[in-house]
Amino acid sequence: MPMLIRWTGQTAVAAEDPFTAVGDEDPIPRGDVIISLQRFQTEGERLLAEGRKVGVRIEPNEQVEEIVRDLPRLAVVALAFPKYLQGQAYSSAAVLRERGFAGEVRAVGDVLREQARFMVRAGIDTFEPADGATPAEWSHVVGRFRHVYQRAADGREPAFVERLEANHGV
Amino acid sequence: MYRYDAIDKEMLADRVQEFREQCARRLAGELTEDQFKRIRLMNGLYLQLHAYMLRIAIPYGALNSAQLRKLAFIAGTYDKGYGHFTTRTNLQLHWIKLKDAPDILEHLAEVGMHAIQTSGNDIRNITADPHAGATADEADDPRIWAEAIRQWSTFHPEFSFLPRKFKIAVTASPSDRAATKVYDIGLRLHRNGDGELAFEVMVGGGLGRTPYLGSTIRKHLPVRHLLSYLQAILRVYNRHGRRDNIWKARIKVLVASLGPEGFAREVDEEWETSDKARVDLPDTELARIRAAFAPRDFQTLPATSTAFEAAKSNPAFARFARHNVKPHKIPGYALVDVSLKQPGETPGDCSVEQMQAVADLAERYSMDEARVHYEQNLILPHVKLDDVPAVWKALDAVGLATPNRGLITDIIACPGLDYCALANARAIPIAQAIARKFADPALAERVGDLGIKISGCINACGHHHVGAIGILGVDKKGEEFYQLTLGGSPEANATLGQSLGPALPADKVAGAVDQLVEVYLRERKGEERFLDTFRRTGLAPFKEAVYADAH
Repeated sequence: MPMLIRWTGQTAVAAEDPFTAVGDEDPIPRGDVIISLQRFQTEGERLLAEGRKVGVRIEPNEQVEEIVRDLPRLAVVALAFPKYLQGQAYSSAAVLRERGFAGEVRAVGDVLREQARFMVRAGIDTFEPADGATPAEWSHVVGRFRHVYQRAADGREPAFVERLEANHGV
Repeated sequence: MYRYDAIDKEMLADRVQEFREQCARRLAGELTEDQFKRIRLMNGLYLQLHAYMLRIAIPYGALNSAQLRKLAFIAGTYDKGYGHFTTRTNLQLHWIKLKDAPDILEHLAEVGMHAIQTSGNDIRNITADPHAGATADEADDPRIWAEAIRQWSTFHPEFSFLPRKFKIAVTASPSDRAATKVYDIGLRLHRNGDGELAFEVMVGGGLGRTPYLGSTIRKHLPVRHLLSYLQAILRVYNRHGRRDNIWKARIKVLVASLGPEGFAREVDEEWETSDKARVDLPDTELARIRAAFAPRDFQTLPATSTAFEAAKSNPAFARFARHNVKPHKIPGYALVDVSLKQPGETPGDCSVEQMQAVADLAERYSMDEARVHYEQNLILPHVKLDDVPAVWKALDAVGLATPNRGLITDIIACPGLDYCALANARAIPIAQAIARKFADPALAERVGDLGIKISGCINACGHHHVGAIGILGVDKKGEEFYQLTLGGSPEANATLGQSLGPALPADKVAGAVDQLVEVYLRERKGEERFLDTFRRTGLAPFKEAVYADAH
């Protein structure tokens, strides 16, 4: 089974990937699958009715609002980064988490360790690194900064809260 | 001034450590130049024509003497003994070695400075009115809000890979000294009818290939909601801004395509459904930042100074006082403009010796503060009128007392083809040639208020669109040509310049400027500035003079 990196909230670990990423032209294999938004809209109901886990892959120009109603039924939302510079998915991840999606948000495509700390903060929790980064390397870059300046999906306390607590002796 | 606390300092320390490791990977050959590019560009390190260029952020243009001395030390130790202040109030060092870059960042961190987000498609260094805290006409101190934005935007998890770079400027004054109308977001603090502090939010201004002035999408944003509203704007832009064409990727293109009202609707929808309390700063944090910019401990002084008035018997000082000394909100104090535009020198360049001199003067005479103005000059913001003669003398000793603020020799120029890999033409020699023509201070004074702005390519780093005379370098079959525009202004009632006519070869530009000035001197009525005369007469008399030979 292929491997991916999972962020546990504290550290990055290697995890088996039970999902098969299925292209639009490919037949649907057995087991858990990740399919395109378009394919989900036509075949999603059937696949879910079969009792398997289904994930949807969202391209940069697609809006996660399109799957809002389906979120409780989705195991994975895979956000595509065709190039690391295409940063729409950071907003998509933030919106998913703000809408309360508690399932897996996965980064696929040009996923590089330099982006890891942004991705984790934006609410992405599994990664298919394109640069061969190991879980240890992933943990290193995600944990490098001791502070953050803004609230995000990762729930870290921002600097302004840390300061408040320091003043109150918490 | 805002002083970095333990948290801010640890942020910088962690950043230095990160970049040190990344540089080591590059120097060890683990990363190719292409792979390293995306890393260095997030640290303000560009590979230019001759060497690496490091762009150091100067948030809202504010410096203390320790910071200025550190910049001088870095320029002297790791560069060729000078630095270049830019139209974004940053400092560029053009001759950096990669192996030195981490050490330079470490030196900067010691004085609370960095190169974070001085490049890349992220929220860049925040600029603000350089007269903040010293001018009587401001509704609030814009630096408070600029600092709040600086922190919020630093390493923002959602907005570090935008369609394109993103620039925010803040002013609190009706006289716009921060060019807020040509920014991606311009923020103007004012008091609404009930006396409450609010932001006018302008979006989609920008120069470059297609210049736009910003459109107001909200007139009275309550200040406490600044960050949540910015988040809404940035989210709409990040999700819907174009990424297929680098020339259409700035927010101005999105605003133009949706129309300002349409764009505002998208933003409002996003903002109204957002959890504002998660994003906006609590009052305690705003109060903490505000305390850092508390009014300085000014003395009670007479409004006029006998020493200052007496010194004007020296015509050179009197000229300096007329052009480079600006009124301060406190009687007996002044803002002193330090011109980085000595005719013949590169606009915005500042030597180690000059940086040290300004640092000494800031410490001794200006409450340890200096500012960078986006027009590529420095300011000593809190000088007693009594001390201005001594400050002038010390500036003069290092070539920084050119009495030309706002005059024809106070030229803005980007680094141009001499340094920049993007440029089509040189900008600096053009600026130097024009400045030499008007080097006589009496002549420059007679011509009066006239902003010349020069860009070496359509990226418009020299702000040519908003120059009373704008000059744009273009490449015509391998030769440098220059397009002139007239009538631009970055001020409160901002305008974009109009094209004068066909581009001119390099050796004709200074002469053409001379002809334009002659027309102005002939046509002007009363106290009209060049811009006023142009707005009255239109292009025709100017065009006729410059292209007369061609007919």
